[in-house]
Amino acid sequence: MLTVKDLVVNYGAIQAVKKVSFDIHTGEIVTLIGANGAGKSTILKTISGILRPTSGQITYQQQSLQKVAAPKIVHAGISQVPEGRHIFPGLSVQENLQLGAFLRRDRANLAQSYQDVYNYFPVLKQRRHQDAATLSGGEQQMLAMGRALMAKPKLMLLDEPSMGLAPIFIQEIFTIIQAINAAGTTVLLIEQNAKQALSIANRGYVLASGHIKLSGTGAELLANPAVQEAYLGGKL
Amino acid sequence: MQTIGQQLINGLSLGSIYALLALGYTMVYGIIKLINFAHGDIYMLGAFWGYYVINVLHFSFIAAMLSAMLFCALVGVIIEYCAYRPLRHSPRITALITAIGVSFLLENGMSYLFTANTRSFPQVIKTVTYHLGSLQISNVQLLILGTACGLMLLLELIIKKTTMGKAMRAVAVDPTAAQLVGINLNHTISFTFALGSAMAGAAGVLIGLYYNSIDPLMGMTPGIKAFVAAVIGGIGSVPGASLGGFIIGILETAVQAIGLSAYKDAVVYLVLIVILLVMPAGIFGKNVKEKV
Repeated sequence: MLTVKDLVVNYGAIQAVKKVSFDIHTGEIVTLIGANGAGKSTILKTISGILRPTSGQITYQQQSLQKVAAPKIVHAGISQVPEGRHIFPGLSVQENLQLGAFLRRDRANLAQSYQDVYNYFPVLKQRRHQDAATLSGGEQQMLAMGRALMAKPKLMLLDEPSMGLAPIFIQEIFTIIQAINAAGTTVLLIEQNAKQALSIANRGYVLASGHIKLSGTGAELLANPAVQEAYLGGKL
Repeated sequence: MQTIGQQLINGLSLGSIYALLALGYTMVYGIIKLINFAHGDIYMLGAFWGYYVINVLHFSFIAAMLSAMLFCALVGVIIEYCAYRPLRHSPRITALITAIGVSFLLENGMSYLFTANTRSFPQVIKTVTYHLGSLQISNVQLLILGTACGLMLLLELIIKKTTMGKAMRAVAVDPTAAQLVGINLNHTISFTFALGSAMAGAAGVLIGLYYNSIDPLMGMTPGIKAFVAAVIGGIGSVPGASLGGFIIGILETAVQAIGLSAYKDAVVYLVLIVILLVMPAGIFGKNVKEKV
């Protein structure tokens, strides 16, 4: 579905991503794990068209995303839930969701999409008339995910969805990611919470200082001593 | 008491002009953090457009105002496209200086093309003065107040209810996230300039009718005062800009009424200084806090 080949991205003078290659097949949950500063978010921003690659190719459904603008990428079916939520404060929960569907022209199906989002996150329905800024961190994360779902993505990019959340929310978020995937959305998940991410992922890639160090199925990586040492806090 | 009431009426009329102008400043600032110093000159262009279409094409007042709004919207979009868009990623000071440059270009360009002479604006609407007890209010004042309030209401509806309005608010608070939901930044910014400039165009025609005279430099002082109004109201805040406009208008007429006409501009800036000392973010301005 999505193939990233030899991707190099520079942030000013810094090379944040150095020749990274990976692929995602339709229906999978793929995770990129790695420490802070490994280049994970940069990769997602580049896929979404917010940053431009220095070199390398990103191909989505046989089409190059090289010079495609961010809105067109959303239109093609790739939605991102950015790191730190980035919901729109000052707009109500419902308006945030409505903007998630900004590019959709199939107005008739919108009601169903709201329903789907409210099924995943019943709390958003209760709070739909509230200013999004008044939500708790976990609720904002849910809103950010709901907003991305409103675009009816084929591929959902999640950047650190568990960051800064209470453990009870983290569990819920991961359960819902699995449910979204089961409903037919392919997922690329970026996490520092490597254990959780690998346990729900079909496959994973370990990123360190801009390189892919390891790859394998979620279970393989979970069992890998080097991964345990570096990212899972030693022996499990 | 009677004088106070009378000055309030005059102040509200003038204030609604400032309010219409201040809206453009505040919306543009809200979305690209630029003080568009050429905004007052768009108001001047609106007045000249009105002058031209009424005198030469014999437009009715309504047609003149609506066409001036369209014309100014177009001018605003072109200015943004040519002057500000190429500088989108430059430091803010670069865009600010460019805005001053655009302002000079419009003022001097118009002086060159149409001479710097003051012209009398065609009085398409015959002034009728109504007496409410001891108070006087003219039909032109009522027209200005009514049109301004109507336009502000319309703007509020556009911003609050339409998808494009919501997109504007989204780009203002978080341009990156707006792109991630598929909002086209350039289109949204153009739309904002069009809206703000249309308001300025309407204000230009209204002021022509109210003060009878127009000239290429007429946008300078009202432009700056409207900017002050936007800052007092809290720059970036739409209701703040309206309120700020009315405050400045009332203040200015009040100062004139007590016989200090020579100081009317000074008082406006004094109030600006005091408000910024007491409420640095303006009346409706928010101290933006980020939740991590």
